[in-house]
Amino acid sequence: MSVPASLSTATPPLRVYVSRDASSLALGAEATARAIDTVARGRGIAIELVRTGSRGLLWLEPLVEVEVAAGGTATRVGYGPVAAADVAGLFDAGLARAAAHPLRVGAIESLDWFARQDRLCFARVGTTDPLSVADYVAHGGYRGLRNALAMAPADIVQAVTDSGLRGRGGAAFPTGIKWKTVLDAAVPQPSARGPQAAKYIVCNADEGDSGTFSDRMLMEGDPLGLVEGMTIAAVAVGATQGYIYLRSEYPHARRALEAAIANAHAAGWLGADIRGSGRRFDLEVRLGAGAYICGEETSLLESLEGRRGQVRFKPPLPAIKGLFGRPTIVNNVITFASVPLILERGAAYYRDYGIGRSRGTLPIQLAGNLKRTGLVEKAFGVTLRELLYDYGGGSYSGRPIRAVQVGGPLGAYLPESQFDTPLDYEAFAAIGAMLGHGGIVAFDDRVDMFEQARYAMEFCAAESCGKCTPCRIGSTRGIEVLDRLRAGVDRAAQFTLLEDLCETMRHGSLCALGGLTPDPVASALKHFREDFG
Amino acid sequence: MGDTPPPPQDRSPYDDDLTLVQRAAVDAVLAVHRGRPGALLPILHGIQDALGWVPPSALPTVARALELGRAEVHGVVSFYHHFRTAPPGRHVVRLCRAEACQALGARALEAHARRTLGVDWHGTTADGAITLEPVYCLGNCGCGPSLLVDEDELHARVTPAAFDALVAGMRG
Repeated sequence: MSVPASLSTATPPLRVYVSRDASSLALGAEATARAIDTVARGRGIAIELVRTGSRGLLWLEPLVEVEVAAGGTATRVGYGPVAAADVAGLFDAGLARAAAHPLRVGAIESLDWFARQDRLCFARVGTTDPLSVADYVAHGGYRGLRNALAMAPADIVQAVTDSGLRGRGGAAFPTGIKWKTVLDAAVPQPSARGPQAAKYIVCNADEGDSGTFSDRMLMEGDPLGLVEGMTIAAVAVGATQGYIYLRSEYPHARRALEAAIANAHAAGWLGADIRGSGRRFDLEVRLGAGAYICGEETSLLESLEGRRGQVRFKPPLPAIKGLFGRPTIVNNVITFASVPLILERGAAYYRDYGIGRSRGTLPIQLAGNLKRTGLVEKAFGVTLRELLYDYGGGSYSGRPIRAVQVGGPLGAYLPESQFDTPLDYEAFAAIGAMLGHGGIVAFDDRVDMFEQARYAMEFCAAESCGKCTPCRIGSTRGIEVLDRLRAGVDRAAQFTLLEDLCETMRHGSLCALGGLTPDPVASALKHFREDFG
Repeated sequence: MGDTPPPPQDRSPYDDDLTLVQRAAVDAVLAVHRGRPGALLPILHGIQDALGWVPPSALPTVARALELGRAEVHGVVSFYHHFRTAPPGRHVVRLCRAEACQALGARALEAHARRTLGVDWHGTTADGAITLEPVYCLGNCGCGPSLLVDEDELHARVTPAAFDALVAGMRG
């Protein structure tokens, strides 16, 4: 039974927020949202159902928030995890008044897990309608770009440099230096054939590392933050065309990005004349096709040009000779999405977060065998132990955490003795590990570290682009050596061979895939030798 | 045409001509994308989205449209795991094999899936219902093991029992 809102009540409709993030959907958010709609209609309660991104507290998904007036201001009160079957009971208990219920967790902002975070990049994610330009602007969006449009290009680049922002894709290269190289690059004459843009902005959204999903959450939950960051980059270096290279495994992010881009266009924030500034910037989503190597920036460019994603030799740097041979900024999603705030509040505001040479915040992803997984954005300096136990709540299985892999499939495996390492690029490098894209995967004591080492080689063999021998052949030889080791064939010789092979791959490979695959293997061997017995 | 087909190693993609439906799909995709910079991947995606796979016999047409060699187009198709060169079953199940899912039992789920479906990776069940494909991360690493059914139906915390129920639903 459908009851028109205007007849059912004199008060404004009850605003209810449910995430449409892919993980929320996987946990049942669509059924929950439908149940809310059905029950509300049935009871003649007028509601406005707002579909948001996820707040990042995955253990509370599907999370339902209702907006109620408390002391004159609107506050959101959360319930979770809410299965579709729980919805009628929630309404019985008085969901519209944010009444007590066993699933009521209170205001998300007041939860310790959330309150202790530093949500800069993810400030809007989970709170707004991701596709609405009006909502974006109402929550501080496009202030950074407005400022940038009034600045000289060199000053925009200087602000990014001064902020200390480093590439969040994993390599941690200073973003401002990359931008300055593109700004200063000579613009080649347009050729008669082929594309005509003088410079390009390319977003690396090929988030292939297992244990990472911050790019996906940002693109689904606040895609306009990425669009704004890329537009600022374009204004800074004089680029007119941008591409978001998105992995094909992210269909939900694709839909969100394409809708957000269309809406930004319609509102004049993209296109031939951005908000009357006379500046042009067009943006397009391009899909990858299931190749991990295309997260490496030069193979990404090859792929965008329509070829096999094979790594290019460097130099020339993409900043000098990138997409279609033109100067190109290639940055990760989180890097671009961090820029609007820097232009809005100034470089110092961002730089004041963090430690050492790791400035600002890192959206950390808690994954694998943890109780409270999700997205934790923190200033650099938080320790792995705090993340695993204070935030993560220990293992999901209830067993001891034995090993942790940080930074994706090329990241080292860390034992408990290294859990006090602070999240800082240099501190991780000092123990032979890397922060990468900030993914943390926990394993309990049932993990077989021999199998994890073997998987690292297997993954490298499957994903190698084939251009250089140490990676292409070395990974296959690595699997064979490990198999002989487990079979007990001349074990001492296999250990020597494996170490030698790791050295060859580390120093002889063209890119990080072959160069870093030895890290998970060697760290497993070093810290968990007993599993290789 | 002779009475006997040429032996497999002598066959060229031209021998397997496209069906009318396939030809129409390929032409429609080419009409939309051929003028775009770096058009090959968007074209291959378009063909697979329309047909469920990229028929090898479509490649000469694609190559001609982009003024590329057939070998180059074939090289691109074979490089990317996403593109299928054989038609899939009625549903495609992509099971995540990556570390975060392994930490929650993906290895056991993989073994279960292959055993109960009676197929290896990229295989299609005898009844044509399900094609099983590996995938290396679906970005659902906080609540694995994960799998993706068809285009965008993502599932979290998939136990062997939940997998069986899903499969039964797809067959029913």
